[in-house]
Amino acid sequence: MEAREIIMEHYMHPVNRKRMDNEEYVQANTRNESCIDNIDLYVKFNNNVIEDITFDGEACAISISSTSIMIKNLIGKTCREALHYIHEFYKMTNEEEYDKSVLGDAYVYEDIVKNGHRKTCANLPLKGLEKAILEHLE
Amino acid sequence: MNREDFPLLKEEIIYFDNGATSLKPKCVIDKMVDYYTNYPANAHRGDYDLSYKVDQEYEEVRELVKDFIHADALEEIVFTSGTTESLNMIVNGFFEPILEEGDEVLITTSEHASNVLPWFRLANKKGIQVNYIPLDSNYYLTIDNLKKTVTKNTKVISIAGVTNVIGDIRPIKDICKFAHENNIFVVVDGAQMVPHMHVDVKDLDVDFLAFSAHKMCGPTGVGVLYGKKELLEHLEPTVLGGGMNEAFDSPQEIYYKELPTRLEAGTRNIAGVIGFGEAIKYLNKIGMDHIHKYELSLRQYLIDKLIPIKHIDIINIESDSGIVTFNVVNVFSQDVAYYLNKYNICVRAGNHCAKILKSSVGVNNTVRVSLYFYNTYEEIDNLIELLSDYGKIVKEMI
Ligand SMILES: Cc1ncc(COP(=O)(O)O)c(C=O)c1O
Repeated sequence: MEAREIIMEHYMHPVNRKRMDNEEYVQANTRNESCIDNIDLYVKFNNNVIEDITFDGEACAISISSTSIMIKNLIGKTCREALHYIHEFYKMTNEEEYDKSVLGDAYVYEDIVKNGHRKTCANLPLKGLEKAILEHLE
Repeated sequence: MNREDFPLLKEEIIYFDNGATSLKPKCVIDKMVDYYTNYPANAHRGDYDLSYKVDQEYEEVRELVKDFIHADALEEIVFTSGTTESLNMIVNGFFEPILEEGDEVLITTSEHASNVLPWFRLANKKGIQVNYIPLDSNYYLTIDNLKKTVTKNTKVISIAGVTNVIGDIRPIKDICKFAHENNIFVVVDGAQMVPHMHVDVKDLDVDFLAFSAHKMCGPTGVGVLYGKKELLEHLEPTVLGGGMNEAFDSPQEIYYKELPTRLEAGTRNIAGVIGFGEAIKYLNKIGMDHIHKYELSLRQYLIDKLIPIKHIDIINIESDSGIVTFNVVNVFSQDVAYYLNKYNICVRAGNHCAKILKSSVGVNNTVRVSLYFYNTYEEIDNLIELLSDYGKIVKEMI
């Protein structure tokens, strides 16, 4: 599939779009500076492993699909692996050299983020998850 | 109208975000370059020709603003950095000292953050109540709803003259009449009103009015605080420093200057104020009534073409300003803006800083087209063509 189709598929049918009020999940809100995109992530840790992530909220196609792809790629990963993934993703969106093998189909944003503010949208869920992981590790 | 005056309009660009800020005509840009090039001295500071010219130019703009809004006196016109600063000065400098715990300020859910947050802070600080006048089914503020909401504790009504999401013109004159009969002050956020229609502060009888130069062809960083002279006299300066004092020998002996200088501490945005004067002259030449009428006709044209499009939900079909707010069904507003941007059309997506509107309108985010006199029917045709094709929007929104 081409990048556009992958993004659209994840936007129309995102993974795990549901609110989790369950106590086993920690909640992390993430929103962008222009205060449009607004996503709540629900993360379930089991020691250093991310057992589950769900999300809920209102956001643009890029943010929603990026959230969905992130969730699909990171469930079952350790916090360390997830942080590595997040940093490679940031490198990609900063247009730096990055390790494609770590990101899987998240490479689809490689070109899109060259369009100004779309970078913030793509990074949005990763910022939220990064915050949740760092707090968990503390 | 007057497109040739705007350098940017020579480019292939359709600018529909005039609610955020307007484009600048060449005469305004030139006027500021002239200041920086030929007489870049400080105001009120020097005894030499250059500085004298600065004083003259700067004070002439006060005169222009006074006439533009039909104020009584030059003392009533204070230059600020914009609507936001003006509103903060009104709340913190005038109302904070006089309001007491339990006093009520009425606003609406469609106010801009700049007319909400200063009041919220005062509520936290002094225990005043901030309550909302309910809007009607068109999201209008009616005088009937106002009358039903006012209580004996109401001391202030603080509202936009024209709102930045719905674009309705508030019945300010009736509101002031009713308010004053009940000893209530009226603060008007004129950010979206003064640029688009003829405003007469005497006729409306507002107590305070705030507006920004940059939304009316002027530069950024300049705005106006208008207040009735007898009220402004009691507005405590919130910023102290050079230019605004007469003498300061000890903490017990500080003497401020007269109005309006007392409220203009520090070196002002001189280039901005001078550029603003040019913008007012420019708008006067076109005529505010002419501008308002043309915008309404553009708006009607846009609405008539949007209504038949099945996948468009218009939030404010009726409204008497150049603001049209809508959503494309099942497409997030930012994605619509992004799609239009591919065709060099600038629109705003988001909550337009009126976050609490959600409780009334029920949607968080919208696409907003805000028109000004240099927009054209052809530009609207271009927009409509792009919005008509749902498949194309979905295909090209990322
Ligand atoms: C209704 C309203 N009030 C206040 C403001 C704030 O104006 P400024 O940012 O120029 O201070 C705006 C600008 O967006 C506005 O639309």
